[in-house]
Amino acid sequence: MSVIDVREAVTQAHREEWARVVAALTRRFGDLDIAEEAAGEAFATAVQRWSADGVPPNPGAWLTTTANRRAIDRIRRENKRDDKHREAQLLYDDDPPEPLGTIDDERLRLIFTCCHPALAMEARVALTLRMVAGLTMPEIARAFLVQESTMGQRITRAKAKIKAARIPYRVPSAEDLPARVAGVLAVLYLVFNEGYLATGPDTDPVRHDLTAEAIRLTRLIRALMPTDGEVAGLLALMLLTEARRTARVSGSGELITLDEQDRGAWDAALIAEGHQLVRERLASGMAPGRYQILAAINAVHTSARDVRDTDWSQVVALYDQLVHLDPSPIIALNRAIAAAELDGPEVALAAVDRLEDKLAGYHAYHATRADLLRRLGRSQKARAAYDKAIELAGNTAETAYLTRRRDQLG
Amino acid sequence: MQYMVSVIFDQASLATPDEQAAIDVFNDRLVAEGHWVFAGGLGAPTTATVIDNRGGEAMFTDGPFLESKEFLGGFWIIEAADLDVALKLAAEGSKACNRKIEVRPFL
Repeated sequence: MSVIDVREAVTQAHREEWARVVAALTRRFGDLDIAEEAAGEAFATAVQRWSADGVPPNPGAWLTTTANRRAIDRIRRENKRDDKHREAQLLYDDDPPEPLGTIDDERLRLIFTCCHPALAMEARVALTLRMVAGLTMPEIARAFLVQESTMGQRITRAKAKIKAARIPYRVPSAEDLPARVAGVLAVLYLVFNEGYLATGPDTDPVRHDLTAEAIRLTRLIRALMPTDGEVAGLLALMLLTEARRTARVSGSGELITLDEQDRGAWDAALIAEGHQLVRERLASGMAPGRYQILAAINAVHTSARDVRDTDWSQVVALYDQLVHLDPSPIIALNRAIAAAELDGPEVALAAVDRLEDKLAGYHAYHATRADLLRRLGRSQKARAAYDKAIELAGNTAETAYLTRRRDQLG
Repeated sequence: MQYMVSVIFDQASLATPDEQAAIDVFNDRLVAEGHWVFAGGLGAPTTATVIDNRGGEAMFTDGPFLESKEFLGGFWIIEAADLDVALKLAAEGSKACNRKIEVRPFL
């Protein structure tokens, strides 16, 4: 077997089996640290052994067994140093892995633990990317533009808190489940958005590694909780957003807004999958949550072959539903943008201006005002609004777009 | 597993009769469900004395070890299987005493 084949097999096993191995070990040893380290060692061993012996027929089982042995070795070593009482509780276990259903539950346990509400949001994001997605510490640090040591401390501290405060390793009870699922989805949506609208002056405008990881994790949650409407909604929302990724930034690195995008460049397969999910949710007849409504809005946009075919009344009606669920000023701002297409920029501007108190520090508020003022021919005011939006925008493609628009004002 | 559930005061006012009644109901529940270990309310920080005997001669300082707007007003020590159980109880405790609450595990 060639070196490249083995490396590919290990990479694929890493993508497919990492969370399963970590979850199974955490369940068995009750310790995220041991699970993470032993899983890492098992994958490193795989690179050597599989080159010599070939890829085993069931890579996941091989990795879990190897990681189990590594974990027990480590515990034995530590027990020799410290106290011996734990060793009695541990026995070598070379049993075949548990049936798939149970192991899938293990991964859910892992996800719910990493996204526990007693952990800070940034700790939840970091832990989930490390323990569930299997990203390395340097990868996560790079993704969030922090020092590797800072990210390392964040993860270490979170793991220590889970252990010391005894954050339980389990799927929440039915009564707590909706709130806890919402917490998991919030983590995934944050990862996706950080990828989709990456911040930082020297950052790529779109971080495909993060959007892809967020989608992969959301697919996993969807596989584990196929009947949850909001999980389906978030997946659809991500797919329909990701479908426009390549059309959204020009060759020169400038943001291309929805109305100016080349719709032929959208990813038809992702759109079809997203639409299918949205239709499924509509057919369920259950009241949609926030992600499902956002997905439906994106489905309306991606159904129009030309921006002029957009069903704006449908978009505004969906935003009205969303405002009802989430009366945040950002939703109100997005509703006003859609309403401008129905009622004209004058009416929309009045609605946007009413949000000034709450959104004066938000770049999109000023960018929206700038665009509406431009359409109304009020160049001077538009220029001031563009200036403010550029000052506040963190995404390089967005800054480039806003700057061009400002400089084109008459 | 035991947790310290600290009641954070941001002004030096005692519990109102309504709050005290709600706390009593909550305490009864802790006892009935086997979570109760101990609880107590504390005097104001101005009544505290800090002692330092590391140097062989005990030094007394009038006042709390940390001057801050927020201070420990009282606490529960509860027995709970894990943090989820402790957090649920603490959420009810916070409602009962009408104060912010901090949960910390004992080692």
